[in-house]
Amino acid sequence: MIELYILLIFMIVGAIIAIEVKDLLSSVVALGAVGLGLSIVFLVLKAPDLAITQLVVEILCLIILIRATLKKDLPFSASGRWVLNTLIVTGFIAVFLLVAMKALKELPEFGYPMMKVASTYLEQGMPKTGAANLVSSVILDYRAYDTLGEATILFTAVIGVLALVRRIGRKEVNEKIEE
Amino acid sequence: MIKRQEKGMTLIVKTITRLTVGLIFLYGVYIVSHGHISPGGGFAGGVIIALSFIHLMLAYGKEVAFKKLSKAAASIFENMGAILFLAIALLGFTGGYFFLNFVAKGEPFRLFSAGIIPLCNIAISLKVGAGLFAIFVALVLLQFDSESK
Repeated sequence: MIELYILLIFMIVGAIIAIEVKDLLSSVVALGAVGLGLSIVFLVLKAPDLAITQLVVEILCLIILIRATLKKDLPFSASGRWVLNTLIVTGFIAVFLLVAMKALKELPEFGYPMMKVASTYLEQGMPKTGAANLVSSVILDYRAYDTLGEATILFTAVIGVLALVRRIGRKEVNEKIEE
Repeated sequence: MIKRQEKGMTLIVKTITRLTVGLIFLYGVYIVSHGHISPGGGFAGGVIIALSFIHLMLAYGKEVAFKKLSKAAASIFENMGAILFLAIALLGFTGGYFFLNFVAKGEPFRLFSAGIIPLCNIAISLKVGAGLFAIFVALVLLQFDSESK
């Protein structure tokens, strides 16, 4: 339990560093540290499927961020209406904490979940679907509609990125067009 | 700097890449094909397969990587994965309803078990791997263009 809190504090510190640091590469590296901490948290909480996915997606995001953000002159605005922004953020946090205080009382204690639907999956998952990995049997058999929607989201995201950065129709006067 | 990056990195990186890129690809295939037995699955395996091609592209430059998997092939693989996943779901109507597990279940803990789940894993891995590789290629080529200006 104590290692979980250490990892959580590490991730929070990493996230604050990622926001506050002025250098873009340091910011991206701090973000990667947060992701790796999250994957270790998944391992500690005994969810290896999520840990593998988190690790590889984090590596891919890190590579894309480093290749796409470095050496690019991104505008960095530190000025602005910070009084108003701080007030709005504080207000939202206060409202969220008030709602969470009422809602989180109803949740079961950490580590002792209510096993109403999940116990059915745990008991009948393997004989009904034949898959030894229960996560696979849930995401691809019991909850396959969710996976279909998630696949559609990824498909739409790929189409959106390819449409935004394509060369056709984005021709400037002197822009060199090469593929 | 820019010219050297287009041709790839140094000899050390290229040698290490030549030794490891096949292993990374095989590990991705293993994660996908054993997704219903051990931790992993279509999404994680697909990302690992995409990372193997990205590794090749970072080390050797875009020409070598496009020789292995061109942009058109990536698009075709992605669409094929999406259509395959939907087709498996629609084939469930032969037995009654959407996403019916119509293939024989087999014995648990074997590679050929669990009906449609491994097939869905393969379809999702095709989709995810090719899609993420296409996103990476699009962003990196955009970067190359703005650098060369």
